[in-house]
Amino acid sequence: MSGVALVLHQFRFDQKIFWRDRAAVFFTALLPLIFLFILASVFANAEISGLDVEGATYYVPAILTLAVISATTVKLATNLPAEREAGQLKRVRGTPLPPAAFVAGRVGNSLVITAVMVVLVSVIGAIVYGVTIPTETMPALLVTLVVGAFSFSCLGFALAAVIPTEDAAPAVTNATVLPLYFLSGVFIPEDELPNGVLSFADAFPIRHFFEALFAAWDPNTTGSGFELGHLAVVAAWGLFGLVVAIRFFRWEPRR
Amino acid sequence: MAPPVISVKGLRKSYDGLEAVRGIDLEIGAGEIFAFLGPNGAGKTTTVEILEGYRTRNAGDVSVLGVDPQRPDRAWRNRVGFVLQESRLVPELTAREAVEQYAGYYSSPRDSDETLNLVGLSGKANARTSTLSGGQQRRLDVALALIGDPELLFLDEPTTGFDPSARRQAWDVIGGLRDLGKTVFLTTHYMDEAQALADRVAIISAGLIVATGSPEDVGGDREGRTEISFRLPAGVRSPDLPELVRSRARIDAGAVSMTAEDPVPVLRDLTVWASERGVGLPELQVRRPSLEDIYLELTRQSDGAGEGS
Repeated sequence: MSGVALVLHQFRFDQKIFWRDRAAVFFTALLPLIFLFILASVFANAEISGLDVEGATYYVPAILTLAVISATTVKLATNLPAEREAGQLKRVRGTPLPPAAFVAGRVGNSLVITAVMVVLVSVIGAIVYGVTIPTETMPALLVTLVVGAFSFSCLGFALAAVIPTEDAAPAVTNATVLPLYFLSGVFIPEDELPNGVLSFADAFPIRHFFEALFAAWDPNTTGSGFELGHLAVVAAWGLFGLVVAIRFFRWEPRR
Repeated sequence: MAPPVISVKGLRKSYDGLEAVRGIDLEIGAGEIFAFLGPNGAGKTTTVEILEGYRTRNAGDVSVLGVDPQRPDRAWRNRVGFVLQESRLVPELTAREAVEQYAGYYSSPRDSDETLNLVGLSGKANARTSTLSGGQQRRLDVALALIGDPELLFLDEPTTGFDPSARRQAWDVIGGLRDLGKTVFLTTHYMDEAQALADRVAIISAGLIVATGSPEDVGGDREGRTEISFRLPAGVRSPDLPELVRSRARIDAGAVSMTAEDPVPVLRDLTVWASERGVGLPELQVRRPSLEDIYLELTRQSDGAGEGS
């Protein structure tokens, strides 16, 4: 098989495995939607002061942030250490499948799950909560999603590389992303968060990714909606993740 | 003569200054089923992982299918299959899907259904791997190793933890590889497994090869010795035993045991003595040492001489 055919072959099986794994489908696909329903309903008509938008308009890009990171960083960082410790990665490494094709299959898998979630969250936002799907800012939204999905995938491989055991994987991953969701305004509206908290969150990529997504959905945005500063921070974190992953990723169990 | 499939000369490997493999030589020919025996920590897994390309070495020459496994390429991986000591299957896939996934990695794979049939899993082709028994999962491991139609297969402790019937089934599958003309490098710590399957065995202990040969003659001169044992008949004391027996027997709480290079004169004296006195020889046993006895003796000698795995 050619390189492209190998990647597609691997991707096809990754997809099959994902949609059959009920726990993964729940945490990656359903949980973000449940949060969307809860948060957008509770804060539906609450004005987010300072941003001049309604709660539902705020929470669509917020939950999209959560959905993209769940499909990339969280998915990769919880699955890969488990597969490594179970000897599955070692077995694959012994076949002629090039490591790059394996990685490409996994990233492709995360990108497709991301795309499905973007469509679901946007459509639910539009139909249930009347949140208009962006048109003029659509190019900016797509670029943001692509940069975000790749960067957060790199961070997933980086986390997987430094997480020592299968048992530690969900704990370390959630302990990393959950506090940042709260501090970055993904769960709590940002007008409720002190400035100190937001500047702390500014050191990490989740806040910047959310801000770039929010700009695309914000009806007050004038112009194309490209947030190059925020995207640069997200991409820089992605690059850092890539370096860590290349340096420390292992295929064999630690035992 | 065809070049050997595996050739190892002076292989050494240490971890943190401890030498796990201390200079071993091996040569395995095409179509051979070779068993590599040794207790845990003897250097068995280290050696096999060097041959498989998973580990680097500190010294020595290694060639596997004409390639240095320290620099494996795709062409080489197409010719080698592995059953790792521990590698879980993907629970979400069926047996056939698992085989088809691996078939896609190789340039000229075998037929998936035929391969499942070969390992006796035709009836389980559509079952999720998570529903298979331990023995069935292990046979699926063998199918995954075979699907690329490799010339050489590494089987690392393929039956550890099996019940006797699952082990028999696995043996049938491994024995069947001989008919396919595959070269098999089997590591095990079960003597009966080596005896049942292997053309040739090597025993490693504390990082050194202590014996090689066919399962029948691996023990060398130990093979020549016969063990004779019986219980002291009632009313007989040890000084009453015939000279040939008394001079070499170990007597422990009435149990008499001895080894003899040539058992015939000993047995003659013993039986003549017993019938003259009109006593029996309770629990009389005459047996050649099994591969297991030889293995235990060989690995005991160098016990504690080295650590590592």
